[in-house]
Amino acid sequence: MKTKFLKLIFATALSLAVTTSIQAKEVNLLNVSYDPTRELYKEYNPVFAKYWKAKTGDDVTVNQSHGGGGKQARAVLEGLEADVVTLAIAYDVDQLYQKRKLIPENWQTLLPNNSCPYTSTIVFIVRKGNPLGIKDWNDIVKPNVSIVTPNPKTSGGARWNFLAAWGYALKHNNNDEAAAKNFVTQLYKNAAVLDTGARGSTTSFVEREIGDVLITWENEAYMVLDEFGKDKYEIVTPSLSVLTEPPVTVVEDVARKHGTTEAATEYLKYLYSKEGQEIIGKNYYRPTDPEIAAKYAKQFKPLELFKIDLFGGWNVAQNKFFADDGVFDQIYGAGK
Amino acid sequence: MTTQIHPIQHTKKISKNISIQDPLWVRWLLITISIGFISLFICVPLGLVIFQAFSKGITAYFSALSQPDTLSAIKLTLLVAIVTVPLNTLFGVTAAWTITRFDFPGKSLLTTLIDLPFSVSPVISGLIFVLLFGAQGWFGEWLMAHDIKIIFAAPGIILATVFITFPFVARQLIPLMQEMGHQEEEAALSLGAGGWKTFFSVTLPNIKWALLYGVLLCNARAMGEFGAVSVVSGHIRGLTNTLPLHVEVSYNDYDVIGAFASASILAGLAIVTLILKTVLEWKQTTR
Amino acid sequence: MSQRSVMPGFRPSLGYTLLYLGLIVLIPLSTLVFESFKLNWHDYLQIISSKRILSSFQVSFLASLIAASVATVFGFITAWVLVRYSFFGKNIFHALIDLPFALPTAVAGIVLATLFQPSGLLGKFLLTTFGIQVAFKPLGIVVALIFISIPFVVRTVEPVLLEFETSMEEAGSSLGASRWQVFTKIIFPNVFPALLTGFALSFARGVGEYGSVIFIAGNIPYVSEIVPLLIVIKLEQFDIPGATAIALTMLVISFLLLFIINLLQHWARKRSGQL
Repeated sequence: MKTKFLKLIFATALSLAVTTSIQAKEVNLLNVSYDPTRELYKEYNPVFAKYWKAKTGDDVTVNQSHGGGGKQARAVLEGLEADVVTLAIAYDVDQLYQKRKLIPENWQTLLPNNSCPYTSTIVFIVRKGNPLGIKDWNDIVKPNVSIVTPNPKTSGGARWNFLAAWGYALKHNNNDEAAAKNFVTQLYKNAAVLDTGARGSTTSFVEREIGDVLITWENEAYMVLDEFGKDKYEIVTPSLSVLTEPPVTVVEDVARKHGTTEAATEYLKYLYSKEGQEIIGKNYYRPTDPEIAAKYAKQFKPLELFKIDLFGGWNVAQNKFFADDGVFDQIYGAGK
Repeated sequence: MTTQIHPIQHTKKISKNISIQDPLWVRWLLITISIGFISLFICVPLGLVIFQAFSKGITAYFSALSQPDTLSAIKLTLLVAIVTVPLNTLFGVTAAWTITRFDFPGKSLLTTLIDLPFSVSPVISGLIFVLLFGAQGWFGEWLMAHDIKIIFAAPGIILATVFITFPFVARQLIPLMQEMGHQEEEAALSLGAGGWKTFFSVTLPNIKWALLYGVLLCNARAMGEFGAVSVVSGHIRGLTNTLPLHVEVSYNDYDVIGAFASASILAGLAIVTLILKTVLEWKQTTR
Repeated sequence: MSQRSVMPGFRPSLGYTLLYLGLIVLIPLSTLVFESFKLNWHDYLQIISSKRILSSFQVSFLASLIAASVATVFGFITAWVLVRYSFFGKNIFHALIDLPFALPTAVAGIVLATLFQPSGLLGKFLLTTFGIQVAFKPLGIVVALIFISIPFVVRTVEPVLLEFETSMEEAGSSLGASRWQVFTKIIFPNVFPALLTGFALSFARGVGEYGSVIFIAGNIPYVSEIVPLLIVIKLEQFDIPGATAIALTMLVISFLLLFIINLLQHWARKRSGQL
């Protein structure tokens, strides 16, 4: 602890150039991630460290930074030296290529399954007994239903929430965009609080007892049940939702500088291994390995899933829905 | 800005002249209102922090505090304060000397500029350092080429804190030194004392309590700053989280005990600071 | 007051003051100006005059105005009580006033949200008795800002009350004025400039406050969205010029507010014969 602290002082306060040397037996990785992956990586990091030690004899320490996806991507762009990023949406990761070329253009093809070792979806949490009888998306846009969801402007998870609702509305209105917009407008009219991140929303719903429905990640929902009691909340899985694909990638520019490319790549690849996939399943993410996925399938309720491709990919969706004066701004502007 | 927040001298006796005393019912009413107001807005929140921190008992409290991430947050917070406070103290004394002992054009502009950081939104205070030292900022490329880390490391956190606590010492001293006038110093100078000697043997003894109070406030604020530091920290656990950031991280980990235990250290620190201040005032009046 | 010839160290102390001020405050703040230059005048106006920004300015200013007013009234009473009366536990009471200075704003936000949430200790009481919901409504912003503002008002008014010559009051009452007349005609006019300063300080601080507000505001666009949150939102969208445009506007407003405060101080000192 003391040496770490002294190192921090010397490396930073005195601005000495102390970087992890390539030959060192001690490898430090920084994983910059979004909010709900805290528990996942807390469990995964030591397992990977053990694996890496057995394989190479080197000690690896993985440091974690969690926060809203956009904020985290911006921090990496501004110089937070992440060896790997594991963010909520591909759009945020892609900015690392778009703005500073920290990663190659084809980053999403470098790892299997579009660089997504785990997927998830968007579900609801309601209070025990489901007093309002919420079953599907059309139930939560009714008047007098109070919902909690984060702000899509500041939270990646909230963007998935928005898109899930939009996709449902499109399907049930013969792809009529105007009807979908109307549907989503109703939904956000019911929003009691727009927190800046997914964790903030969970706190509002659980600790502050705000709202009848919390729209959130499936993994977060099951975690909430474990953490705060199955006797207080239940999960409602809608008939249709979006397949959320949180991508991971090595920040090649930074890893090359740190000399950690090999460890960082293996860190992400190991997520796809049986051991990694088990941890993913245990933390209520949906594993991508078919065998492990089958093993954990019974913990999730079946539902129909659509992909981001429905909207033409993240760049299109981001500009259409979440940019300034996009659909999200319009639905709030319409009331004024 | 000249009158606010200076050490209160309780030397003046409350007049016993009955004609200027308020009727008993007025006194009780006002005392009740102010105690009610302060209890509602200060005592109850403070009580909640302490209650939550100890809600699972003393053992849980101390085990939360002895987490490695908490300890490293405490260390970083101390490092920030150790660098920030002396820097701003030196500046505060110099600025107060300049402003109260000399006349020059633009003096009120200078006073306003010294106060400026205080009313700048914390979000902006963090942003400006990102614009300067971030990878896409003014010095970003140069810093990267030389492998010097400022943002998302201790120097960035220290800089943001120095900015936030910039006016604290100066604004404690300026009103006091203005009121003091400079006859005593002039007398010392005319008797042949040098500039430094005059400062240390005449000025400093007169301002020492105000100076201490300024230092204490500056220190409390330096340890407690959240908004600006949050922008430049990078939130790396065990490395760049200060105590206030650690409170937020723990809270978002659903670790209520950890969050409020860390918060209680900061609240405790604030209270110790305030008690110290009261003791100082008391010492001053009984001297 | 020209003491240039007598007092030593003018050049080095002014030099150091300006250097440090420049390095720590002016150069960093100037980035906002230069970054905003990337926008032309038209774009700048468009950003600033968008409905969402205007409504957030309205929310921020209105909430700060109400909070500063409440804090001024109660802060004045508290300062009066602390200076004029003695009662049991006054010293502890006195020491607690500065707590909002030292407590991290995030902690303040979490604690206030916990207290004022509809199921919280105070929130439940307010909701069931008066039907008022505080947390996650614009009122929540006001509560957080009152908390932040308390020390500013109390610590501004207190010294003025302490220095106030009670002989003036005695003279007034011996000339037959009632206690109320003495207060309105003699005491209040003398304290008024300090009250204004305390008010303006609270207001300036409140407009920029982020950490404590974000936990309790609800953050609904057009309803409870504050200006600093919009800066954060612009940043999340990688729109740095947009963020600096709003930040610069706030900076100019803060500067003007502070300048007015300093003029008020000047005026107050002049009136009370200190200049």
